[in-house]
Amino acid sequence: MVRRRRYCKFCSDKVDYIDYKDVRTLTPYVPEGSKMTPRRLSGVCSSHQRKLSRAIKRARHLALLSYIPD
Amino acid sequence: MRRYEVAVVLAPTLTEEEVDQSIETFQKIAEEKQAQVADVDNWGKRKLAYPINKYTEGIYVILTLEEPAAESVAELERRFKVMESVIRFLTIRVDLDLKRAEKFKSRRQSKKRSPTSTGETDKIQTKSVAVED
Repeated sequence: MVRRRRYCKFCSDKVDYIDYKDVRTLTPYVPEGSKMTPRRLSGVCSSHQRKLSRAIKRARHLALLSYIPD
Repeated sequence: MRRYEVAVVLAPTLTEEEVDQSIETFQKIAEEKQAQVADVDNWGKRKLAYPINKYTEGIYVILTLEEPAAESVAELERRFKVMESVIRFLTIRVDLDLKRAEKFKSRRQSKKRSPTSTGETDKIQTKSVAVED
């Protein structure tokens, strides 16, 4: 994932709450069900990264996302 | 009032009737403990991202509860642990997060209304100054 200009997608979309049930917004940040994309690659701001990581962990617990790579 | 989101994953072996029945019992348990069931969302069968108890599918049900204390949630979780048809559950408290989201939203709107208009005129002024120099 190489990008020239990185920006926080959640900030520009004005997302205030990241829902763990909304798997479609989470999947881009866990490529092939592996580790979460670090902030330095995805450009997500720190407050949204915290919300995102919590949502991903919740989704994993409910088997909406996998813990291990496919 | 606290707001809770209780997500339950049921075994795929249950029939639709059994699913409805268990949802009803969940509601009953919650109401017994003075909680109001604000919403019930039945997603139906969904593939699991990884097998749980040798099941590859699960029936997802999401309950939204409103209650003054955490009593019904505690009772529900205690029952979930015993029930064999429940293969996973997750309870989260959402009222605080939603309140915060609301705060951000209102702050954004108030910012949009007043200070930006003055900020723009400021910019124009500084620009004209720079040209004069």
